[in-house]
Amino acid sequence: MIETTINIILFVMLVVTALAIIRMDKLFAVVMLSGVFSFLSALLFIVMDAVDVAFTEAAVGAGITTVLMLGTIALTARTQKKSPKFQLMPVLIIIIIGVALIYGTMDMPNFGDLNSPANTHVAAYYVSNSATDIGVPNMVTGILASYRGFDTLGEVAVVFTAGVGVLVLLSGLARRRREDKEEL
Amino acid sequence: MHEHHLILRVVTKIVVGTIILFAFYVQFHGDFSPGGGFQAGVIMAVAFILYGVVFGLSKVKQVFPVWLAHKLMALGVLIYAGTGLVSLFYGYPFLDYTVFDPEHPTHGQHWGIWLVELGVGVTVSGVIVSIYYAFASRTPHISDEDW
Repeated sequence: MIETTINIILFVMLVVTALAIIRMDKLFAVVMLSGVFSFLSALLFIVMDAVDVAFTEAAVGAGITTVLMLGTIALTARTQKKSPKFQLMPVLIIIIIGVALIYGTMDMPNFGDLNSPANTHVAAYYVSNSATDIGVPNMVTGILASYRGFDTLGEVAVVFTAGVGVLVLLSGLARRRREDKEEL
Repeated sequence: MHEHHLILRVVTKIVVGTIILFAFYVQFHGDFSPGGGFQAGVIMAVAFILYGVVFGLSKVKQVFPVWLAHKLMALGVLIYAGTGLVSLFYGYPFLDYTVFDPEHPTHGQHWGIWLVELGVGVTVSGVIVSIYYAFASRTPHISDEDW
């Protein structure tokens, strides 16, 4: 009962934040509100007992992303461009996609459903055997670092590649500009 | 340049150390409590980013040089893959942590997870600090009123 109440309150706050973001013109406030949005999602993850995910969401979504977005709007513009007039096409597209998404969720299993595909395959094995196989109390760490260690190696490689990509894109541009200036 | 924001500067100085300590806690206690290498790496990076945001980019680059951030990115992946190579070298499957303590496989698991999570944390903190430097180095200084 109390969990449902908390869920409802958090979801209402999420929707209110999203509506506020849509109505804002100042991008600084939009970035701050998206940080609030991330924190609210983190709270929702905590209610769903996904503490590790909540941790990541709070640190990356609310912390890092906010700083990077601030850096971006410092490079570009601080206020949103006014859209000229009401346009029908975008509204139609959004409504169609929204209805399709809601229709898609009808087929999804309920939250915490024992018979859902996620809970019927290897998850049962992990839950019953990780204490003897690995002996680590935090099962999430056991799965990520040991059972699925090779996957996690791939993920680390992805993070590394993303970092290298950003560096090549941003620093490459700075160097080109400097060379252009020297030519002038 | 940063003569104002006295409260922010004082609070940041107090908080940065605590954040780094918490990052180490999440890193090395991740197999008992929520979190792990990824979260620890992010928290560690956040400490330096906060320092950079408040005190300026040149100050944080003295503490955490750019070359170090770039090297850490690769170092973490090497730690992770190296852990796998050690087990290969001793005749076990890739990333089979039994190699670290064949008598007690769960102890081996602890060592393996410790090493692998360290690799994840090092890479993630390096990548995030590098991305922050890449963004912030291109940003001209903006006075408070312009926001």
